[in-house]
Amino acid sequence: MRRKKEVRITLFKLLGAVVGAFGFAYAAGAETQTLLNASYDPTRELWKEINAAFTSAYKAQAGTDLSIKMSHGGSGSQARAVVDGLEADVVTLAIPSDTDAIVKAGLLDKGWRDRLPNGGSAYTSTIVFVVRKGNPKGIKDWPDLVKPGIEIITPNPKTSGNGQLSLWAAWGSVTQRGGSEADASRFVTQLYKQVPVLDAAARGSTTTFVQKGIGDVHLTWENEAHLEVEEAEGSVEIVYPPISILATPPLAWVDANVKRHGTEAAAKTYLEFVYTPRAQEIIAKHHYRPIEPAALAKSQASLPKIELFPITAVATDWNDAKDRFTGEGKIFDSIYEPQ
Amino acid sequence: MLDINRRILPGFGLSLGYTLLYMNLLVLIPIAVLAIKASQLSWSEFSAAVFNERAIAAYQLTMGASFLAALVNLVIGLLIAWVLVRYRFPGKQIFDALVDLPFALPTAVAGLVYSSLYVKKGWLGQFLVPLGFQGAYSRTAVVLVLIFVSFPFVVRTVQPVIEDLDADMEEAAACLGANRLQTFTRVILPTITPALITGFALAFARAIGEYGSVVFVSGNMPYKTEIAPVLVVSNLEAFQYKQAAAVAVALLVLSFSALVAINVLERWARRKHV
Repeated sequence: MRRKKEVRITLFKLLGAVVGAFGFAYAAGAETQTLLNASYDPTRELWKEINAAFTSAYKAQAGTDLSIKMSHGGSGSQARAVVDGLEADVVTLAIPSDTDAIVKAGLLDKGWRDRLPNGGSAYTSTIVFVVRKGNPKGIKDWPDLVKPGIEIITPNPKTSGNGQLSLWAAWGSVTQRGGSEADASRFVTQLYKQVPVLDAAARGSTTTFVQKGIGDVHLTWENEAHLEVEEAEGSVEIVYPPISILATPPLAWVDANVKRHGTEAAAKTYLEFVYTPRAQEIIAKHHYRPIEPAALAKSQASLPKIELFPITAVATDWNDAKDRFTGEGKIFDSIYEPQ
Repeated sequence: MLDINRRILPGFGLSLGYTLLYMNLLVLIPIAVLAIKASQLSWSEFSAAVFNERAIAAYQLTMGASFLAALVNLVIGLLIAWVLVRYRFPGKQIFDALVDLPFALPTAVAGLVYSSLYVKKGWLGQFLVPLGFQGAYSRTAVVLVLIFVSFPFVVRTVQPVIEDLDADMEEAAACLGANRLQTFTRVILPTITPALITGFALAFARAIGEYGSVVFVSGNMPYKTEIAPVLVVSNLEAFQYKQAAAVAVALLVLSFSALVAINVLERWARRKHV
């Protein structure tokens, strides 16, 4: 009997010690100012450079150190992680509807679009084509994709933000040029019939196209396309279609988290920094489209001007687009029929 | 104070407590949460998420491919276990260690390697694809990679049993006039059958849950090469947590009933032959 009790007491003590240790570590961590930025996959290199520029500027101005940690993943799964308790101070996701998912969980203010310039996006991007060297199949525009014998590589819109943007871009390329919804539906149906592999995520598609040599054209983010060309050492090249979608990856601080961490001011300064000329230059360098006209003009060579239509061209807003195209039984599902 | 009925491990109460705590924390609580999440759906929502045509096609592929993979591993695994126990050859220990490699290798890596080997321009694919063997982005690819990830189970469950086999029994069988086939089916097989079935069940269950490698080799085409775990991810991506949980519960029920059936089979085999 006695032994049992002793064991129990020891266990409690042990438990107490462990909890105490964690608590202490947590409290100690909260004293130095740290920001956690939850972002999507392709932005690793971009944020690394912006963070370096920002922390040195911050130190010069405020006199204190600020460290910024990054968390990368699929845009949708990052949003879920924050909803489920990832302590991100700021979210810099790919698609505004992912940010809105955090709003729905009550962690982020509904009016986040009005808190930073340009609806919260400090840069834009789009979907472009990557083709084999010398463009042997002569792919120049969206209608070329559905010519017989062309194989298209694009990730699954159900599991990838990149895939969704490609689907919306394809749809809008028809309706923006006077085609009807029925025309657009026929076009995307044919397009996905010519997709031999639906990778789950964007980088998987890149591997399929470049490493495995499958497909004639790869639909991808503009910045990923530039990376792909650099890494493929000249075996592929970018083709800019005359028209594509305007993606507006938004920045926002997560109210519930910054309040708890006491980092609201720092988070705001951090995100405002992304709009400064210095950061805008870094953005252009990594092949995202800066919103500052001067920085954009300077990089016209690598970011040529094409017609970019907003999401409202294919749906009422980003949330509606997601529901309308990739919701259960909606446009994307109707493309595939039971075999 | 001496315990009257001595056990090798002291403290039955404590060890049982830990067992229960562990089972709860690791297995039961997560599964309960899953079930609760799924149960928040109305019946019509649940059946829409779980029983739509596309999902059913995915379950069929998942179960079918896992079954085939486990079956292949049953045969090949037995053969390899036999070779590793009964023969001596240079490099045997290395081969023995290699068996566990599929456990250690991140499965996404396996998926990437397999798909790049078997695509049209891959090392193996350039010979196999012209012969009509599509080892990447097909159902065959799914089976192939599932064979890989579930490979060690049969070998590792059967190996110790073969090691314990009494060679005298085989000699006795031979002396009594049994030919090789008879010795195998009447003497060896009955002894190792329960272990074989266990290995098969483990391999099967492992294959059903596999996601990482399959998404890289299957091509994820709805109705053709889309496995059920991909549906879970696509539901999550649409922020449909409950629907994702519902599909997960359906998968769980399917694999659990398969495991129970295999367990019953194993007991039956044990009773019949021992």
